[in-house]
Amino acid sequence: MSILECRGLSKNYGSIQALKNIDLSLESGRIVGLVGPNGSGKTTLIKLAQHLLTPTAGMITIDGMLPGPQTKAIVSYLPDRDFLPQWMNLDQLTAFYHEFFSDFNPAKSADMLEALGVIGTMPLGKMSKGTREKVQLIFTMSREARVYLLDEPIAGVDPATRDYILRTILTNYSENALVLISTHLITDVEPILDEVVFLQNGTIALHENADALRERTGKSIDGYFREVYRCF
Amino acid sequence: MAWKFNDGAPIYLQIVNTLKRNIASGAYPPGSRLPSVRDLALEAGVNPNTMQRALSELERSGLVNSQRTAGRFITEDASALLDLRKSMSEEIVSEFIARLRGIGMSDEQILDTVRDKINSEHKEET
Repeated sequence: MSILECRGLSKNYGSIQALKNIDLSLESGRIVGLVGPNGSGKTTLIKLAQHLLTPTAGMITIDGMLPGPQTKAIVSYLPDRDFLPQWMNLDQLTAFYHEFFSDFNPAKSADMLEALGVIGTMPLGKMSKGTREKVQLIFTMSREARVYLLDEPIAGVDPATRDYILRTILTNYSENALVLISTHLITDVEPILDEVVFLQNGTIALHENADALRERTGKSIDGYFREVYRCF
Repeated sequence: MAWKFNDGAPIYLQIVNTLKRNIASGAYPPGSRLPSVRDLALEAGVNPNTMQRALSELERSGLVNSQRTAGRFITEDASALLDLRKSMSEEIVSEFIARLRGIGMSDEQILDTVRDKINSEHKEET
């Protein structure tokens, strides 16, 4: 059953068309890669889903609802920049999530934070970039959400942190949830994807099962996009 | 991540081959229980749906039996295991022969090289 749906979705910024008439249907239980070069519309699509932007035309729905407070209750969103109050420490963040999200599972975050070994009293802003990214992902994945929107979760971190992040996404895989990961680092996410949605200049150039794409083209997804679109 | 994948070939097929190698080598002994889809997916660093597809493929080929609640078990059927080893050997040997022919070896020379190598290894052992 489709959980995220776009119908004729368009978004203009002044005279710039960031998304052009997009039709897209994504199902629960899938890990989907939203890929494409910078400026192709990845973040715009995610922000439309999270009601941080409103469509110029068409619509996007989550579980049949237009983006708003009801959808935010079932969507866990990881922005592409630091988004949590930097002065908060882990205990304060846990209380914060507990208060804001009814689907927050504190046992989940406690387990992951313990494994990570961060001191509970250290403020987010004092942590290294890699640790901060991990902590933000842990809180994002500790909600029992129906949709996870992860905007560039592995950009700008070292390979070990990248592995940690991908593992954390896999560990928290649920048949009832959609995970949408935007990235331009295809090679790293390739093995964990069910499907790939490739955006180019605001349109969907391709939407296909990841393994089917490898089989059809005889190439890695990364290799295919490099060759066909010359854009990575 | 734990398992390495090559470009090109579908990931589920590469997983099938890795699991077959583990079954043939006895790393997964006959009759033993396979880890859950979720655990195997984590170990391999792949999507659980992809792992599921690979396991279904192994079930279809009879190397793995699914028992509704208890999980998946490696077959104890000796002839199925023998068939597996034979078909894997065939693949390895054809590739090996093609490579040796590619560097100008005659079939006679290939056979001699193999025989000599095996004999010398036996001598080292004794």
